[in-house]
Amino acid sequence: MTLQAPAVAPPGGSFEGLTSQLPRAMEWLRRNLFSSFSNTLLTLLVLALFVLVVPPFFNWAVTDATISGDSRAACTGSGACWTFIKLRLHTFLWGHYPDSELWRVGAAALLLVGFSIPVMRDTVRHRGIYLLLLLTVFPLIAAILLAGGVLGLPEVDTSEWGGLMLDVIISFVTVAGALPLGILLALGRRSQLDVVKYLSIAFIELWRSVPLLTVLFMSAVMLPLFLPHGVSIDRLIRAMVAFTLFNAAYMAETVRGGLQGVPVGQEEAAVSLGLGFWRVQGFVVLPQALRIVVPGIVNNIVDLFKDTSLVTIISLVDLLGAVEQALKDPAWLGLAKEGYIFTAALFFVCCFAMSSYGRRFERRLNRHRTGTT
Amino acid sequence: MVRRPSRRAKAAQWLLLAAVLAVAYVIISDAADNLARRNLRFGFGFLADRANFDIPFHLVSWVEADTYGRALLVSLLNTLLVSAMGIVTATLLGLVVGIMRLSVNWLMRNVALGFIEFVRNTPQLVQIIFWYFAVLQTLPPPRGSITIPGGFLLNIRGLYVPGAVMRPGSELLSLLAVTLLVATPFMWRLRLGEVLVGAKALVLPLLAIGLLAGGTERIEFPALKGFNIAGGTQIPPELVALWAGLSIYASAFIAEIVRSAIEAVPKGQHEAAHSMGLRRAPVLFLIVLPQAIRIMVPQLTSQYLNIIKSSTLGAAVAYPEIFQIFAGTVMQQANKEVETIIVVMAVFLTINLLASAFMNWYNERVALVER
Amino acid sequence: MIRHVAKGFSRVAALAGVFGLASGAALAQGEVKSPTLDAVKKRGEVICGVDTGIPGYAYQDSAGKWQGLDVSLCRAVAAAIFGDPEKVKYIGTTSKVRFSVLQSGEIDFLVRDSELTLTRDSALGLVEITPNFYTGQTIMVRKSLNVAHAKELNGATICLLTGTTLETNIADFNRANNIKIGTLLFERPEEAFAAAEAGRCDGYTDDGGSVAAARSAMKKPDDWVFLPETLSRQPLGPHTRQGDDRWTDIVKWSHFAMLEAEELGITKANVDEIKKSSTDPQVRKFLGLEGDLGKGLGLTNDFAYNIVKAEGNYGEVYEATFGSKGLGLPRGLNNLYRNGGLMYPYSWY
Repeated sequence: MTLQAPAVAPPGGSFEGLTSQLPRAMEWLRRNLFSSFSNTLLTLLVLALFVLVVPPFFNWAVTDATISGDSRAACTGSGACWTFIKLRLHTFLWGHYPDSELWRVGAAALLLVGFSIPVMRDTVRHRGIYLLLLLTVFPLIAAILLAGGVLGLPEVDTSEWGGLMLDVIISFVTVAGALPLGILLALGRRSQLDVVKYLSIAFIELWRSVPLLTVLFMSAVMLPLFLPHGVSIDRLIRAMVAFTLFNAAYMAETVRGGLQGVPVGQEEAAVSLGLGFWRVQGFVVLPQALRIVVPGIVNNIVDLFKDTSLVTIISLVDLLGAVEQALKDPAWLGLAKEGYIFTAALFFVCCFAMSSYGRRFERRLNRHRTGTT
Repeated sequence: MVRRPSRRAKAAQWLLLAAVLAVAYVIISDAADNLARRNLRFGFGFLADRANFDIPFHLVSWVEADTYGRALLVSLLNTLLVSAMGIVTATLLGLVVGIMRLSVNWLMRNVALGFIEFVRNTPQLVQIIFWYFAVLQTLPPPRGSITIPGGFLLNIRGLYVPGAVMRPGSELLSLLAVTLLVATPFMWRLRLGEVLVGAKALVLPLLAIGLLAGGTERIEFPALKGFNIAGGTQIPPELVALWAGLSIYASAFIAEIVRSAIEAVPKGQHEAAHSMGLRRAPVLFLIVLPQAIRIMVPQLTSQYLNIIKSSTLGAAVAYPEIFQIFAGTVMQQANKEVETIIVVMAVFLTINLLASAFMNWYNERVALVER
Repeated sequence: MIRHVAKGFSRVAALAGVFGLASGAALAQGEVKSPTLDAVKKRGEVICGVDTGIPGYAYQDSAGKWQGLDVSLCRAVAAAIFGDPEKVKYIGTTSKVRFSVLQSGEIDFLVRDSELTLTRDSALGLVEITPNFYTGQTIMVRKSLNVAHAKELNGATICLLTGTTLETNIADFNRANNIKIGTLLFERPEEAFAAAEAGRCDGYTDDGGSVAAARSAMKKPDDWVFLPETLSRQPLGPHTRQGDDRWTDIVKWSHFAMLEAEELGITKANVDEIKKSSTDPQVRKFLGLEGDLGKGLGLTNDFAYNIVKAEGNYGEVYEATFGSKGLGLPRGLNNLYRNGGLMYPYSWY
């Protein structure tokens, strides 16, 4: 190994610091990019690829792009026509939610952030309680805010909900429903009661083996068949039920992984203290298991958030649906690239933020674990 | 285990079962009642009825006079075809990207990381639609086809590759060739007496190629004729878009599986191989990967199942897979909502059960070998 | 959300109550009750199943407002019941799910460019009321192909929507003429339009109105021509569930009211004027100034006036959606009988 130069520049003049920086940078380059003939070749290859791809894309997306104006005619350049996105942003974000009531969406979003912060920060004590609040009290407030019809708020029908807002709502409701159900199923699958065990296994494996698309389609077409004649449930709620059942099976498998990671001794010790099944699970096993599986659960949430784009197939208008509807507008034809890149970018920002949090948590968890053992 | 369940708990589980059965009963009787109200009769007899619609892409012969049952077969084969293609390319691409993630080259490492992050954090449906509408649909029309050396033609209708026209009556020959190809990996592992067959099994694929060449009458090159390109084999853009969408998405996940599996192989293995004077590449492919594969198989299987399930997204780009044809066209034409969904779900359930059976078999085998 | 569940349950309760009471008490009075109408009145809005979005029939403009010929029937029914055409909730339905949402009771009636066929009438347990749009399956191709007749399309590929009668019609056409027109099936119109526009297919087929809509969605509509052949008749119209005849009547007569208004020369603009001044007994009965025509349907007598006031007559609606102010489709079969069309309303007495 080459010796590392001291990380802090020696005191007494920036000039000296610079001269010692330069060779270090050279050394870094040599070691990481040009260590051997094949390595150098790879570096050059990747750089060549960059030169081929990046400038044309940059020109298209930035230099030659148009964002000003308010009609198709404004897009005269050879680049992207972001004007289209700008003008339709409203529907892409919240569908046809009435303008005068938009503050309610903003309030719900702020509340979501407010409720989430104590759950995500590891300096906060009793995070479990905050998680419970986030999963029970917040949905109630948000539902009242968004749907209205009570407390003097005018009713906004769910058919007017749409865009990214719809993706977030479906994801949130699904997590709030699927997490508890998944935990129960995971416990059920490990149960010594045969009936409970096999019912749990059957439920989990059934949902995990069919594509989400068929499940969603079932919620749109078949669920009404299973209800007594004359009963009908809002189609958004039906989609949420489908998402919840489907994702509960995946959550269950993630949680089961965590349960297996808790040493048997913990459970034995708790039982020998005379605690009953639910107390052992609730106070001893689950808190440890859930901590281990937070990264896995975050992955599940990212996956289900991405999956919410499938609701376009049952004609709910989420972000992807709103973009596709806008692409069909005769005045704005031929802007598929802009539309889909915008959709992908928006999803990317949301998902990347979530997965980064999951990874950070995982790193901390590993540090913690290696620190104690 | 820790504690035997109490008698009360044992009794309670039967109550649970009773509750589940009661719910099932209510659901089924509601469904029967609703079906009766709609004048619908439950049954699978419609599978023998005449379909009378066109399936644009099919592996086995399909004419409009065929039955709904055959439509199920045709669309299932389409699903399996795109899944198989996706599994192969996703694995290869995932392997490459996963190894890139461990490269000593900083640029390589981070290009791979960027690829994985971007692909994993955008919806698969958006990716598939992007490939189809934003990329493939900007290709030229048939009359302006791009000619690729070797007799290939590329246009908005798809990629046209030269195809072999088989002599009449050579179906048996083709079947034999396919059997030989499938048998090759099994022959490889077969022991004759004490001797492993090994590389000698490669005779079989050569023989298969010979058989196919023998059965070929002539090679047909694609050319413009009328509205479309005629001759050769057409790979429709719907298939390409779905294939790309499935492979690229899954490859990002497979890359991470490959990376963690390689990292899980004990360091001593690399070091021992290096000390014997082996270079990096042979160490990777001869020492590390074979051990890593054992770790990867369970996770890979679940990725492969994901690919098969995700192939239903082909409905969004007009690829005639099982969901679009059977739970779409057939469902409408035959007025069989419940039955078609049940069939589609049963198909996926079967595929899953087969996969878990394979996994169990493989785990046992690996465990045996390790002992 | 919660409200909707509650609403669902209250609707069940209402329905159960209505069934129980209606069968006994109401029949004794010799008056026919409509559970759907009662539910609609209680709810305060009509739930109308329309297309997910196709110009001409039903689509949301950039402000989110629903427009189209089918939409105007939804609005007419709301106007007839509440005197307010805005009291409608629209449910966009794909071709695959449209009949299930009607059968399950999620919507009150369906008016979604749907063909009236024998199977749907018999096997699906639906009522096909009357056509509100007469058309036929039409093929649209690029002008540059120089095709004059559908039979010349042998070997071509046509884009269309899955879950419709169109696929089987093409198959029948192929068989009858011993040719092979390939099809490419899409889930939603926007995808099919985009594929046709990009040149993935040689043409696009649907009912005449939808093809006109497709043409309007092309970059250069003038590059596309309609072929003269009609592959099949396509009488399109509203559907209701069997078993609620009174409700079916309300939808039927809301449509006829718009036709009758055109027959009588009453428009959105002159209806108030005519109501004040007219002495023509037919007009006076139509507008509810005389007689008890509306009461017989369980509505107010001026329901037809409310419809015309809100939506105008059928001719006006056609002009705004498919006609010169819309997709530019000639009136043709959809003209009143006296102008050579098929629209012939039942008598208004």
